[in-house]
Amino acid sequence: MSEVGMEYSLKGVMRELLSYKSGVASLLILIFLIGLSIYTVTTIPPQKAIAMWRGENNMWIENPRNAAPEWIEYFVHKHLPRTIKVDSREKSFGIVKAKTPIPETNITQIHIEMSFTYDYDDFPSEVNIFFHAKYNASENAPLVRLYWVKPDGTKIPIKEFNMRDPNQILYLSVDQSIYAGITSWLMKEKHIKAAKTVTTQQILFGKLTPSLSQGKVEVEKGTYKLVVDATTYNKGDDVDLKLVVYGTVYGIAGTDHLRRPLIIALLWGTPVALAFGLTASLAISIIQLFIATISGWYAGIVDSIIQRITEIYMIIPFLPFLIMMAAFYKLDIWTILAVVIVLSIFGAGIKSTRALVMQIKEYPYVEAAKAYGASDARIITFYIIPKILPPLVPGLIGSVPGFVFLEAALSLLGLGDPYLPTWGKMINDAYNNGALYKGYYYWILEPSFMLILTALAFAMLGFALDKIVNPRLREM
Amino acid sequence: MSYKGVVKYTVRRGVVLFLVVVLAIYITIIVANMGGKIDEFVKGDLYLQIAQQVKRDPQYKNLPGSEQEKIIKMKYEQEIKRLGLDKPFLERSLIYLQNAITLNLGRALYMTSDSGSRLVRNIILERLPATILLFTTAMVINFFIHLFLGLHLSRNYGSLFDKIVIALAPTSTIPGWFYGIFLILIFASWLHVLPYGGLVDVPPPSDPVAYALSVLKHMILPLSSWIISGFFLGVYGTRTFFLIFSTEDYVEAARAKGLPGKLIERRYILRPSLPPIITNFALGLIGSWSGAIITETVFNWPGLGLVTWTAIQNFDTPVIVGVTVIYAYLLAITVFLLDLIYGLVDPRIKLQ
Repeated sequence: MSEVGMEYSLKGVMRELLSYKSGVASLLILIFLIGLSIYTVTTIPPQKAIAMWRGENNMWIENPRNAAPEWIEYFVHKHLPRTIKVDSREKSFGIVKAKTPIPETNITQIHIEMSFTYDYDDFPSEVNIFFHAKYNASENAPLVRLYWVKPDGTKIPIKEFNMRDPNQILYLSVDQSIYAGITSWLMKEKHIKAAKTVTTQQILFGKLTPSLSQGKVEVEKGTYKLVVDATTYNKGDDVDLKLVVYGTVYGIAGTDHLRRPLIIALLWGTPVALAFGLTASLAISIIQLFIATISGWYAGIVDSIIQRITEIYMIIPFLPFLIMMAAFYKLDIWTILAVVIVLSIFGAGIKSTRALVMQIKEYPYVEAAKAYGASDARIITFYIIPKILPPLVPGLIGSVPGFVFLEAALSLLGLGDPYLPTWGKMINDAYNNGALYKGYYYWILEPSFMLILTALAFAMLGFALDKIVNPRLREM
Repeated sequence: MSYKGVVKYTVRRGVVLFLVVVLAIYITIIVANMGGKIDEFVKGDLYLQIAQQVKRDPQYKNLPGSEQEKIIKMKYEQEIKRLGLDKPFLERSLIYLQNAITLNLGRALYMTSDSGSRLVRNIILERLPATILLFTTAMVINFFIHLFLGLHLSRNYGSLFDKIVIALAPTSTIPGWFYGIFLILIFASWLHVLPYGGLVDVPPPSDPVAYALSVLKHMILPLSSWIISGFFLGVYGTRTFFLIFSTEDYVEAARAKGLPGKLIERRYILRPSLPPIITNFALGLIGSWSGAIITETVFNWPGLGLVTWTAIQNFDTPVIVGVTVIYAYLLAITVFLLDLIYGLVDPRIKLQ
């Protein structure tokens, strides 16, 4: 290894690195990833991220389930529905609320009209109504009548009922009684018998033509109205509601089966992957460096003990062992990291470094240091390690992707961190929920893209550094 | 080198490697038993089993509860003694170690082979062919692709293909199972031309030719994922390896002498580069034997990797230890043989 003995300055290395296209590209990607990590950790602290990923207090109830990212429109050439929320408590255009007390009684008539424009090319994925009523539970509950008004003025009665709970939720798209109600209305008023495959959303948002009986229906664009007539029986009672028309696309990353925005996991996966990969490769490289140096420097019995331990490590299968530890002891990600480091410190890298140390040991300047009486510790830390450090850097950088994928592999088996959202966990969720079968490709492609980006950045940087540190490779 | 020296070296190396294997297996036993905790699970299961047995037995059915309890306790103690679970864990771990070293792999705690056997040996032997079929094939194909393309590029370095290989070498940091997910996405989920995973169609075809074709069809995606993953870095690595050998001084000297290129390549480049190549091949072969947990999980391939993973999920320690023991032995024997062969063949490696 003729390169031992070359001197490196950070500035010189950077200048050389920037002369390679792959070096520039990898540095740009790394800057992006590090920036993203800093942004993530500062805007979403870990506790908040964990709470968000758990979906505490039903916080994602107003998000669509399994919605694709919004940019998917560029591929399907359709204007796909976003989620529309209309709240009767908000004073805004399109919301009308009137209260009419009936004289001499405690009864109040409440009339609410909420209109919104629907101009998408596809049907919504779900429609829910969240009530926020005020009434005394021991007294008469308000009576509520709901009507759906289409752009052409057709008025479909949806449901008439006494409220059971002040925060009652009406799941329009899955409620069987509502479905039965509107299909029989369709029969009576329009003389159309809807096919079994036609959904509630399709009747609410579709053109009511005879083709419904073949299950074919087109979206009717325009202004829709939800009309509510409520009767309350006590003073101070009130009825409010929020209509949520769930879209089929959401944000820049979409949502998963639990309505969680995938962007949280994409963002949080970045600092976790970088921290895991960098810590693992840095710690392992440095510890290996010391072990190899000690092995090469002291030789004799110390050396042969270290060599035997290396052989034991070679015989213990790394991945099954790691998986066993993670599964048996239910480790979190940082303990897994520690186990990975412990399981790797006597790895194959020791051999080549040890050979290098034995070579440097014979160099005149080391002899000189010995002659003036320098201690072993001094020679190792000041004369040997600085010499063998540079050739190790490319390997250190290049081994980062391996650890990033290791974390993903463990997560894929369901052994990842139980709380933190990571890219591997996203792929695991997608796999377990049949994303491949059902065609939710974005769910797998997004974390994969981030993994590939990270892996390639480190790998390209490692290769470029290798060329700088081993000039012999440059001519090849 | 003297005959005596060889024997002395061989024996010493053999003993050292054997001790290394024993230590490695002992560590595995301690960890796979969770330091004795697994035995507590086994004891709990055993107690439940015996209690149910006694309660169902017509002979004891009508006895009062306290009598039944007594009988259960007695039978349980007997069974514990029979299984040796009454001894302290340290002692038991040494018995386990002895059994493992003598390849007495014993019975699985929970798992059975597809043919219904509880013996660890049968569980392993049953899945071994599937693993060898896939991963050893992949390893051998990869080895020869890398070797020949690498050699080809080392002769024509600087060509367009060479530049492409260098530029794409970083893609090999992406593991095979990850490419596997993409291949499934494209060929199974999107194009519907190849199966998602598994070893053979369900139900398996009865005709042997159809069976073989079905297995082959299921092998395409996992095999491709490993070939794609290893391709660029493998070719790049072999090419660089040959290039480094071909710039050695003795090669230059041979060129200066005017020896023909073919001869230089065969005698001065290929021959000295053979030992590391053979080592790689042998270790790769052994490594491929234990399968790959992640790839087998992604493709649902019923090999040893999947068995190991199932065993880990079920805390089935004997199976985990069994797989590790066989792997350890094979690896140690390979290392030993390689050491020996090089000692005899390669004059540069001096035996001490």
